Amino acid sequence: MAKEALAGVKVADFSWNAVGPIMGSYMAKHGATVVKVESIHRLDSMRTSPPFLGGKPGPDLSACFPYLNHGKYGITLDLRQPRAVEVARQLADWADVLLESFTPGTMKKWGLSYPEVRETNPEVIYFSTCNQGQTGPHSSQPGFGTQLTALSGITHITGWPDRGPAFPFAAHTDFVSLRFGFAAIIAALEYRDRTGKGQYLDLSQHEASLHLMAPDILDYEVSGRVAGRMGNRSPTAAPQGAYRCRGDDGWCALSVGGDEEWSSFRRAMGDPAWSREPRFATGLGRKAHEDELDVLVSRWTLGFPAAETAEILHRAGVSAGVVQSGRDIHDDPQLKARGFLKSLEHPTLGSHIYHQAPFHLSRTPEVLKRGHCLGEHTEYVLTQLLGMSDEEFTELIVEGALD
Amino acid sequence: MTKAGEGTLLGPFRVLDLTDDRGYLCGRMLGDMGADVIKIEPPQGDPGRSIGPFYQDIPHPEKSLYWFAYNLNKRGITLNLETADGLEIFQRLAGGADFIIESYSPGYMQELGLGYDTLSRRNPRLIMTSISMCGQTGPRSDLRPSDLVASALGGGMFVTGDSDRSPVHISIPQAFLQGGEEAAIGTLIAHYHRQRTGEGQYIDVSIQESLYWNVMNAPLFWEFEKRILRRSGIHRTWSSAAAQKHRVLWPCKDGHISFTLYGGKIGATTNRAMMEWVSQEFDVPEALRQKDWDAFDLASTTEEEFESFAGPAGDFFLNHTMDELYQGAIERNMMLYPVETIAEIMVDPQLEAREFWQKVEHPELGRSLTYPGATVKLSETPLSITRRAPLIGEHNIEIYEGELGISREELRVLKHNGAI
Repeated sequence: MAKEALAGVKVADFSWNAVGPIMGSYMAKHGATVVKVESIHRLDSMRTSPPFLGGKPGPDLSACFPYLNHGKYGITLDLRQPRAVEVARQLADWADVLLESFTPGTMKKWGLSYPEVRETNPEVIYFSTCNQGQTGPHSSQPGFGTQLTALSGITHITGWPDRGPAFPFAAHTDFVSLRFGFAAIIAALEYRDRTGKGQYLDLSQHEASLHLMAPDILDYEVSGRVAGRMGNRSPTAAPQGAYRCRGDDGWCALSVGGDEEWSSFRRAMGDPAWSREPRFATGLGRKAHEDELDVLVSRWTLGFPAAETAEILHRAGVSAGVVQSGRDIHDDPQLKARGFLKSLEHPTLGSHIYHQAPFHLSRTPEVLKRGHCLGEHTEYVLTQLLGMSDEEFTELIVEGALD
Repeated sequence: MTKAGEGTLLGPFRVLDLTDDRGYLCGRMLGDMGADVIKIEPPQGDPGRSIGPFYQDIPHPEKSLYWFAYNLNKRGITLNLETADGLEIFQRLAGGADFIIESYSPGYMQELGLGYDTLSRRNPRLIMTSISMCGQTGPRSDLRPSDLVASALGGGMFVTGDSDRSPVHISIPQAFLQGGEEAAIGTLIAHYHRQRTGEGQYIDVSIQESLYWNVMNAPLFWEFEKRILRRSGIHRTWSSAAAQKHRVLWPCKDGHISFTLYGGKIGATTNRAMMEWVSQEFDVPEALRQKDWDAFDLASTTEEEFESFAGPAGDFFLNHTMDELYQGAIERNMMLYPVETIAEIMVDPQLEAREFWQKVEHPELGRSLTYPGATVKLSETPLSITRRAPLIGEHNIEIYEGELGISREELRVLKHNGAI
């Protein structure tokens, strides 16, 4: 087996929340040495996010933190102290890739901005990200991705046409935007190896997210049409939606496109009399009568639990699947067959789940490693990776620089 | 082009893009980085050309705005892989390619004799990426794809929407695009390995698995608390152990805004500024005005505390427009955002100040269209749009004659036999 794809790549991860940390974890899965910088005075928001072991908050008791941060070495630095800043500086010089997601200007305050780091580490790939980018009149407005979905147009298009907006459960813009930034980081690293040139990357999560609405942005320019909420309706396919099934909050999502799928769907339902009615025989007919169709389809889906409905339709060649809850995800036979979730032992949380990256490399598969406790590797990183003497390390502890 | 090519990230590398809408974005991302992406379509045009919306609502294969958006920075050729000539030409192209991306039903490439094992024998440096609904293996690998069903299986949908109706997805489909993004990351990680070792490899991307972050901590709540998180409209239900509901969206004078109380230092600035701002117009309970926000802990906040805030804040928001509230939030360095539509996004001064939008000429339409610009700003090798999406077979002559040396007479035969 080959070494992991990113073995030997050194990453200084000053980022927090979701966007930077997930990139760092994905790089660690593929063999990079990732050092995450934290402070006991300013906990990563994931360390204070539920769920907690036993329902009790604590920096090493949140399941979220290791979920987003794993395979990394964790150190703590109190960057309000000059000697801690010196350590951060050494780490920046050590790194091939530096990740940070502070409010713009914060790294500069510590003398750790890109122009400053480049002076001593000219080949560094330096990545900054925040909601709206490093420049411009709104660059320093704080905010989380859960709110940025509002600015980026996602919230407006989530929910029902006859009601106000809902909002996507997770910080959609975080996950959508981080992938653009992450892909560019890996390509920039390869470019650097080839040309010797490092560079600076500025990811505005707002800007990147807009790419996932690009066709409708073009449509607005051409036709003046403003995309709105459609529930689960498709502009073309009918029936399409999430249909109620037997059991607690059980739903089966399905989408029936052309005539061939409609025939498969009818067969799967046992070819009920209503489905043979002429008004449902054509695509236009089904689209025109979709309200009625929804009611009739629900009557059939209500006869089975969601998993059974979905399996009947899957076998018949219809696009269908369970609307999976956080519980269903654990039991999904497809995810199980692919070994997507894996349990690893964690020092404070015990055995709990992590998941693989959604891309599976045949020659250099990822190696999943557990998350770290707060400050777990401070000594190792400072004395082994940065070569600090034991005396100096002890001094820093005494001064509180490593809090 | 030289192999050390500078100026763009992927200038020296060639991509053969066999995807449909399940994978367009992957090739687009590599194209943005300067790779020579050749989109290979069947002779009648790519199936994605039938996806709307359409330019001026004219349903025509050269007017799909969906096609336009995700096939920028690609050249286009037609090739029928189900003919012997087509297969032979593809194998020649594959011999010189750095990347192949495909999103056919699992197994189809092997059926054609174009599986990775076969192609890599001739080109061991080749990286081949397959994007599919649920992955190449497992009991659901043959599931017929749809964006809605992917969102359902991914898990984000169950927890999104109003509690008295069915779960919903985001109305502009996001699942296939997210699969394409993840594919680009995996492809580039393999590229990094290949450039160091000379070894290519095969990558299996599952769209369902790509949506995993959309469900965030819901599987963890099941694992740690045996609690199933459910959709609850404009509220969040998991931030606080003591409160059932924590409001996120609020109506204002002319739309909606997003605002929530947050804990910690970052929340304190916002919460304090908000109490002050609201109390200029409405009575805010003394307990909230005097509260030590620096010590505020979201996880232990009660529903009563949220409610005592919601009354005056709700009135205050209704008294103001989205724009007033957003401007006020920016001045006060607060976390409050307007629920914008595409119309408002298009005139966002921040995007204008960063010169985000990029005009691209469409000579066939006699006009330019405004596209979202660089996904991320790079100082040394900026991403840019260098060509609009290709017309059907636009680069057939350039590539078949110019690069492969196929004569016009041979092209005539290929055309007649339905190979191109």
